[in-house]
Amino acid sequence: MMSHIWLIPFFPMVGFLINGLLGVRFKRSWIHVIAASAIGLSFLTTIILFVDLMKVAPEARHFEDVLFNWIVAGKFKAQVAFLIDPLSIVMALVVTGVSFMIHIYSGGYMEDDPGFRRFFVYLNLFVFSMLILILANNFLLMFVGWEGVGLCSYLLIGFWFEKDSAANAGKKAFVVNRIGDFGFVLGLFLIVATLSQHGIWSLDFDVVFKNAPLFSTTTVTAITLLLFVGATGKSAQIPLYVWLPDAMEGPTPVSSLIHAATMVTAGVYMIARCNVLYSMAPVSLEVVAVIGALTAFYAATMALVNNDFKRILAYSTVSQLGYMFMGVGVGAYSAGIFHLMTHAFFKGLLFLASGCVMHAMAGELDIRKMGGLKKFMPVTFWTYMMATLAICGIPGFSGFFSKDEILWQSFHRGHIVVWLLGTVAAGLTAFYMFRLTFVAFFGKPRMDDELKHHLHEAPKVMTYPMIVLAIASVVGGYIGVPEVLGGSNRFEKFFEPVFTGGAAHALAHASASVEFLMMGISVAVAVIGIIVAYLFYIKNPELPVRLANGMKGLYTLLYNKYFVDEIYNSLFVQGTKDFATFLWQKVDVGIVDAAVNGVASLVEWSGGMIRKLQTGYVQTYAFSILVGGVVVFVYFFWESLF
Amino acid sequence: MGGLAHIPILSIVIFFPMVGVLFLLLIDKESESVLKGTALAFSIIEFALSLPLIVYFRSDTAKFQFVERIPWVKSFGVQYFLGIDGISLLLVMLTTFLTVLCILSSWRAIKDHLKEYMIAMLFLETGMLGAFIALDLVLFYIFWEMMLIPMYLLIGVWGGPRRIYAAVKFFLYTMVGSVLMMVAIMALYFLYHRATGVYTFDITKLYQLNLPLGPQMWMFAAFSLAFAIKVPMFPFHTWLPDAHTEAPTAGSVILAGVLLKMGTYGFIRFSIPLFPSAAHKFVPLIMVLAVIGIIYGALVAMMQKDVKKLVAYSSVSHLGFVMLGMFALNIQSVEGSIYQMLNHGISTGALFLIVGMIYERRHTRLIKDFGGLSKQLPIYATFFMIVTLSSIGLPGTNGFVGEFLILLGTFKSSRVFAVFAATGVVLGAAYMLWMFQRVMFGKLDKEENKVLKDLNFREIMTLVPLVVLIFWMGVYPSFFLGKMQKSVSHFLTQVNTKIAARQMLDHGNRALAENIWNNGKIKIVNVN
Repeated sequence: MMSHIWLIPFFPMVGFLINGLLGVRFKRSWIHVIAASAIGLSFLTTIILFVDLMKVAPEARHFEDVLFNWIVAGKFKAQVAFLIDPLSIVMALVVTGVSFMIHIYSGGYMEDDPGFRRFFVYLNLFVFSMLILILANNFLLMFVGWEGVGLCSYLLIGFWFEKDSAANAGKKAFVVNRIGDFGFVLGLFLIVATLSQHGIWSLDFDVVFKNAPLFSTTTVTAITLLLFVGATGKSAQIPLYVWLPDAMEGPTPVSSLIHAATMVTAGVYMIARCNVLYSMAPVSLEVVAVIGALTAFYAATMALVNNDFKRILAYSTVSQLGYMFMGVGVGAYSAGIFHLMTHAFFKGLLFLASGCVMHAMAGELDIRKMGGLKKFMPVTFWTYMMATLAICGIPGFSGFFSKDEILWQSFHRGHIVVWLLGTVAAGLTAFYMFRLTFVAFFGKPRMDDELKHHLHEAPKVMTYPMIVLAIASVVGGYIGVPEVLGGSNRFEKFFEPVFTGGAAHALAHASASVEFLMMGISVAVAVIGIIVAYLFYIKNPELPVRLANGMKGLYTLLYNKYFVDEIYNSLFVQGTKDFATFLWQKVDVGIVDAAVNGVASLVEWSGGMIRKLQTGYVQTYAFSILVGGVVVFVYFFWESLF
Repeated sequence: MGGLAHIPILSIVIFFPMVGVLFLLLIDKESESVLKGTALAFSIIEFALSLPLIVYFRSDTAKFQFVERIPWVKSFGVQYFLGIDGISLLLVMLTTFLTVLCILSSWRAIKDHLKEYMIAMLFLETGMLGAFIALDLVLFYIFWEMMLIPMYLLIGVWGGPRRIYAAVKFFLYTMVGSVLMMVAIMALYFLYHRATGVYTFDITKLYQLNLPLGPQMWMFAAFSLAFAIKVPMFPFHTWLPDAHTEAPTAGSVILAGVLLKMGTYGFIRFSIPLFPSAAHKFVPLIMVLAVIGIIYGALVAMMQKDVKKLVAYSSVSHLGFVMLGMFALNIQSVEGSIYQMLNHGISTGALFLIVGMIYERRHTRLIKDFGGLSKQLPIYATFFMIVTLSSIGLPGTNGFVGEFLILLGTFKSSRVFAVFAATGVVLGAAYMLWMFQRVMFGKLDKEENKVLKDLNFREIMTLVPLVVLIFWMGVYPSFFLGKMQKSVSHFLTQVNTKIAARQMLDHGNRALAENIWNNGKIKIVNVN
């Protein structure tokens, strides 16, 4: 089976082609079945490969499947080839599994949309690209997936392109990602340029990592930082996070699949994949960890005051991605991937729940107009609660294990500031999630009567996938139970063949009591967050209003997202446009072209002068002046030659 | 080549369109469908005739293939000398391919003087093919000038409101460059004669000249000015937006797709190999201009109000990449550069076709007159999107392969230029997607746009081949890169060896220079 890795991306591609080229004549149910079963088959293939992989001894779990030569120029060669190892198989399982659920869900969610077929075509294309990204055995093919998912994200954010806001958000996502990719590509060039001096002309992960000792510290630092620039774009970290909140313009299953569970984690995956390089560059790791921690905290603060269901979740995603970068940044690569996986379950689910709410609320997303949804939509509510408890890090739920692992590793490896920011952000997370819960699902319904009659639970095609994800959100953590809690952290062990090259493994074993203390702190912080939310939004609803009035400045700052969009707009967007207009009207028309026309006029003018002596056509004179110029040129020319 | 040994295939390919011209002359000018059918048939057969070139082309040699050589004007040493290598092969294919699409795209757009129009198209095809295939400088020059006339007429007769201004500007600007080139050709001719006593315009012979740096600089400048105007390189580009906006759709396609490549082809076939040391000296200047072109073209494109003008400025940006890669002078960058020539022909050609299709319906190309077209024209929108993505170099499309190789190669030789040039990739996405958004997305709020019809079968068939190529060249570039590999590495060995030897000579080290020539197995004709 290991020579058939290509089957994993093959099925989504087939689904894409069938629905894309022939789907116009299909009934909606067919389209849905084709698209969803394409992903189902891909999921199944991944499971089979996973089972096969497990049969092999851990150190031999590395299989490549070369399809054909892609770009060959001189000695440089990049192939279309896939790689299965513990890291990529976990990613593939998460991606195909979650995608499968969301594909099923989307059949219900998009049921009445005129763009039903287009939606599934894009969605299959997305999964295909994502699988290329994670299964690629070299940087360049990874980049194909990397930009491919960006394209699908662009198409799906702007899915309802008649809305200007959606079209704008799509373009913004693409362009901001391109800025990140600019860094990423330069990183690749630096790898090739450096290795080629040693006669190595490859971007294969294997080759690059094996030859990593050839890089000087400066070079490897530059490479890893440039690659990280790409990651800040794709995974929405400071300073390139700005596109993700706007991406919520897309249909909600898209927000769930692309902008929470899968695509946005690509940056984390990339760093984990390049752990060999990152571990050689402590400065880069520090940068990754600090940016991650800052983003985790910063994004959480913006989620505190937002009133849009999906945007709260979007900031939450940015914040949680920050945790993953903290994890990989402190060198705990498997912890980062662990959180990536659990987050895919619970954040994917949270977005699906928001989709059910949107449906019930006729598209309304303002949580101030909700309230009491719990009793109208019980399945949605309870699955939503599982995910919420998981993200808040309540013991027993998946998020607890993964987030705690990251915080513990940060502390243990001596990144105290990172740990502190992460812990505070954990408190903020619990607060904003329960704020959302209490305001939207508890209390009195605040919507108007017409809407209230409209409230309904989502159909089974939507709730069943949510139940599956809810189960995953609970049990997903148990594959990585830390040793201190009597587990064996099988997750981390599974990754050892991939991460031993990089991870600073020989850490002194910490005392169990410190680990318990840390765990206690993060749980306590989460509980405090929940209690504050309870006091604010159930017990004493006027308290937040008073608080907001009392701290007007801070509130305005947070509510307006620190005015970053405005600053970026006037600085970069408007700045570029103004400069471009200047170039066009002043330089191009005013100078460059004016000079050309000036020469022509000069010719014409001289012609006019001579016309007084002779009759004839301007062209004739123009020609004679041309000839004169040539004669002069030839003269000097000859002079220099002979 | 075996199967074609005794057939003058290149002559057939060059002059077959002229047979079409003769046929067209016999047809009554009123019978439009016969005229169109005949022109289309000839262009398709012409394309079919060019296919054996790629089939029988041998990728394992850098030698010129399908060579034909007949003395022409014996007393002056002018020869009818034809041949192609891995560099010109794909450009020849591009020309025969695009001409078919151009004639298809003119089906309804051209109402007046249809007969003359079709004659001009086929005449132009012969000129372009001749210029790519000729290996004798006089022959090349004849074809080079021959292209000017039909293109001048295409713009001046079938163009838009300011067509006369644009046509004259195009003609005069190009002429100024060519005349200086003519002078340099003569100089080269006499220099060769002085060294060997033989009069010839054969470029394979002239390549062997070992000229002192001074004359090299002069002649390189004279040749290159002609080519730089044609490319066009910043700051010689201002004729291009005017020519494009005024030209009819097919004129723009040919102009962008093939004629601009004459400039870049001229550099790689003549300027650089004839005067390598001068080219080497000019590298910094040309790279600076190329990078300026990339960024400047992209920025100016961003603010354009007319879609066609936007695409025209985007050409300035894309051709900047071609020039950058060519002058980085290593195998990745030069292969990328040639690849980008083809890419630009395909994606920009397709963009002009797409703009033309909407212009035929709405008689406007102003961005503000559109908006929300995706809803009304879903098939059109799909093609437009794919071509846009190819133009911004999305991986999986042809554009990526070219840009990647160019930037990779450039990065190796001069990092700063590569970094600046790479910003063009970001700007490219910005201006193309912004334009696409304003034309295709948003509300369909203009009454005139609500009645537009989606693409018809003919239009779809015009675009499908381009889309196939976009993906083929993006997913399996080996097919194309393999054809040029030998020729490009031969080109680079020649050029780099000559540069190195010249440096030795200028340091007064004759022995070392001879050593370098011998090691590189390079024939040299000395000029003192």
